[in-house]
Amino acid sequence: MAEVALHQVVKKFGDVEAVRAIDLDIPDNEFVVLVGPSGCGKSTTLRMIAGLEEVTSGNISIGGEVVNDLPPKDRDIAMVFQNYALYPHMTAYENMSFGLKLRKFSKAEIRQRVEHAARILDITELLDRRPKALSGGQRQRVAMGRAIVRNPKVFLFDEPLSNLDAKLRVQMRTEIKRVHQKVKTTTVYVTHDQVEAMTLADRVVVMNKGLIEQIGTPHELYHHPRTRFVAGFIGSPAMNFIPCRLEQSGAGLRVRISDAIAFPVPTANEGRYRPVAAKELVLGLRPEHMTEPRHNGRDDGCDFTATLDVVEPMGMETMVYFTINGTEICGRVEPKSAGEAGSAMRLHANIDHMHLIDPASGAVI
Amino acid sequence: MTSTTMALPASHPARKSASLKRDRRWALITSYVFLVIFAIFFLIPPYYMVVTALKSDAEVAHMATNPWIVANGFTLDQFKILFTQTDFLIFFKNTAIVTTCVVVITMVVSVLAAFSLGRMRFWGSSILATGIFLTYLVPDTLLFIPLFQIVKAFGLLNSYWGMVLVYPTLTVPFCTWIMIGYFQSIPKELDEAALIDGAGHMQMLLKIFIPVALPGIIAATIFAFTVSWAAFVYPMAFLYSADQQVLTVGTVTSLIRADVYKWGMLMAGALVAAAPPLVIYAFLMDYYIAGLTAGATKG
Amino acid sequence: MARDDRYRVENSRMADTVQTWVPGLQRVSATRTARSGFGKFLRQRSTIAFLFCLPLITIITCLVVYPTFYSIYLSMLNKAQTRFIGLGNFSYLLSRDAFWMVMQQSAIFALSAVFFKALIGLITAHLINNLPSKGQRKWRGMLLVPWVIPLALSSLGWWWLFDPTHSAFNWVLNGLGFGEIPWLSDPYWARFSVILVNVWYGAPFFLIMYLAALKSVPEQLYEAAAIDGANAWQKFIHITLPMMRNIIAITVLFSLIVTFANFDIVQIMTAGGPRNMTHVFATYAFLLGIRSGDLPLGAATSLFMFPILAIAAVFILRGVRKRGREIG
Repeated sequence: MAEVALHQVVKKFGDVEAVRAIDLDIPDNEFVVLVGPSGCGKSTTLRMIAGLEEVTSGNISIGGEVVNDLPPKDRDIAMVFQNYALYPHMTAYENMSFGLKLRKFSKAEIRQRVEHAARILDITELLDRRPKALSGGQRQRVAMGRAIVRNPKVFLFDEPLSNLDAKLRVQMRTEIKRVHQKVKTTTVYVTHDQVEAMTLADRVVVMNKGLIEQIGTPHELYHHPRTRFVAGFIGSPAMNFIPCRLEQSGAGLRVRISDAIAFPVPTANEGRYRPVAAKELVLGLRPEHMTEPRHNGRDDGCDFTATLDVVEPMGMETMVYFTINGTEICGRVEPKSAGEAGSAMRLHANIDHMHLIDPASGAVI
Repeated sequence: MTSTTMALPASHPARKSASLKRDRRWALITSYVFLVIFAIFFLIPPYYMVVTALKSDAEVAHMATNPWIVANGFTLDQFKILFTQTDFLIFFKNTAIVTTCVVVITMVVSVLAAFSLGRMRFWGSSILATGIFLTYLVPDTLLFIPLFQIVKAFGLLNSYWGMVLVYPTLTVPFCTWIMIGYFQSIPKELDEAALIDGAGHMQMLLKIFIPVALPGIIAATIFAFTVSWAAFVYPMAFLYSADQQVLTVGTVTSLIRADVYKWGMLMAGALVAAAPPLVIYAFLMDYYIAGLTAGATKG
Repeated sequence: MARDDRYRVENSRMADTVQTWVPGLQRVSATRTARSGFGKFLRQRSTIAFLFCLPLITIITCLVVYPTFYSIYLSMLNKAQTRFIGLGNFSYLLSRDAFWMVMQQSAIFALSAVFFKALIGLITAHLINNLPSKGQRKWRGMLLVPWVIPLALSSLGWWWLFDPTHSAFNWVLNGLGFGEIPWLSDPYWARFSVILVNVWYGAPFFLIMYLAALKSVPEQLYEAAAIDGANAWQKFIHITLPMMRNIIAITVLFSLIVTFANFDIVQIMTAGGPRNMTHVFATYAFLLGIRSGDLPLGAATSLFMFPILAIAAVFILRGVRKRGREIG
């Protein structure tokens, strides 16, 4: 049980800066997910916490102690790898007990710990098998068991689910969450899958190009992204980004996205947006806020008509794609109200949920 | 060679499947016919050696009967003579000692080096890896004359311990080379996991790398064994008295020198001398072949 | 998917960077400052790596590199090794007809033997590859036997087959109404015989290498070619050969080195005779250096092999590296 803190941590590979001076504080027991596209430095960050990479500068501390120069084995961490990294010549039991054996635990203690972990993970019957005789999900459990038996200060997960098929991934995701709730160890989890990040994390750290874009709860990231990158990265299908212009309209403000279409800014937000009036901006609106009109015919000025390019029925809902001023936009509508491709459809922009983004800085205003 | 050797599924969409089947069967039959011919070519010498070794001296010498079969009854006399009236058993013992030592030295040296070169890296390690491959290509016939001086300087001329000294030049480079390949094929995450589990370098090598790369270790061991068992140039150049001689040279020189060529006994000697590599091959063929092909495909 | 691949590349590059963790290092932060510079140096990862390599470096330096250079020095001494005579041994060799014959025979021996080994290896590999997979093992096992028997001992067997009075081959030829062949007593037949034995010994090696290469060609390529309308020969020319080109090159060059430097067969079967016509570099060097006791002259003889071997080695190395990249 320990908190993890990164202070101005930098990692360079030759001239390439993989991680650029990041700060991150993880309280005890928290489940933190590092998420971002490949090459964003999330894995490097995790490997630095593990001690598999040296920090170029800055400090990493675990449980209040600076561990920059400690080898991995003395950091009291456990790691689950993407390809499981189970020792192929050892049984599941031996795999899980190897670290304890090297630390000279007594046989009885090892047995007790392994059996306890096996019960948590429901792999008691698999303990005599070699990794080759295990399925992907079972290997994943053994790899987690190897981490649990050590009872470390910190769990580190490096994309542990990306080698599993879609169905198993969902199952194991729940499993990881359940295990964390049981053992309550501080956890750092790396993934490129934002759904995984949202579902698992107490807090999500979105990284891009070696920097932290935003740290927050899944809810915060989804509803209050601070940058265009975060807004676009979190949520599926991704947020629509539509070039727009904020113009004066009487006393209020209007977001104009084409000659024909402009939406009135809710009065509550006017104060926030007043300074950027008359500027070229980007309107960010999620597909679920681009729906068929749902207000019993009373137009609040946010309805518009578009010709559908593509219609994708998903069952519960239907995705519609249309183009405004050369920008492809995705909307999410009730299956029964969706038109056919090529036909015109009346749509409604739920402008209460809009984000306005400064195209130059990428910051959400 | 075209249609006979290439019986990949025929590919004429117009033809009926019956004729496809017939084509395949013919290709298969031709393959078998030619394979039998090649097999006869490859197996004639060992077969003839066995036949000769089982004949009596009289039958070998007089050629009155078909030489390809044992016409006048099997006898193990040749083996009896070999073991009782010649130095053959001394040669066998010497070879066994030399080979055992060389295999142990080779495996220790090359596994340590391969672990270091394949996994740990240090300044100049990739140049060294290339250098190892090049030394593997230096043949013994280029080295035996300067090595004569070196062995002499060590006072090991005409001693089989001299062989223990020089045989590693034949085995170490290749074994290191293929072990580098095997070690590099072990996923990086495995040693990272071991690192986190708390293993040091030696523990990582002994508890993770060697067990995981066991097929490679076996292949390399077999290679080292067969090469030192069959070595001929060095003992030919450096050994001359019977009590120090090894099997290969002893069989083709000392046994012959005795008096008249006793071909039956010579063949019996050659067979017994060739038996250990053949037995190992028979039981560990897949490892043997993996070791052979690894040099060109790994590393 | 592309994202995953990139991730892996990134990951492996990062993993390649040097780590300096060391075994048996507890509570470093407490003792770090107190450790002497030399102690730290000894515990460095790269130092340990170097120490692991030390036995290998010692063996290679003392028993391969040093002898190679020593051999050059030796070749420039007189027979008693008392006087430096420069290139005298080399010019002496080049002035002798016998040595020119050795060079000629070495070239004939190596080139023709390698050619037939490669050819037979290729044919047999294809034949075996045609068989149903459960029979392949058996045949492969059988055809590799010549490679497994120590060459000195099988050469002895061949010698017996070629025996002037007892030759079992001649017995067959007689039976078929042909005359006897003086396998080892006629210089030209003797040349043929030593090459034959070398082909017999070396072809299985080619067989194994080619068979492994054939197995590595993805089956889909043949299926795609079949759909494109290629017949067996076209598949061989357009798929099999290009896919195997590298391994063929490596094997041929490697075999060239080994064959060129071969000693056992000639030494046992003819010892260079008749009339020195079967001598190759190795046996001639043995004759001059060991048998006649003129080590410098023997060293000079075997050094003549060096340029040819060096060229072949460079090309092999290139091929192996390329192959390594191909199979990833």
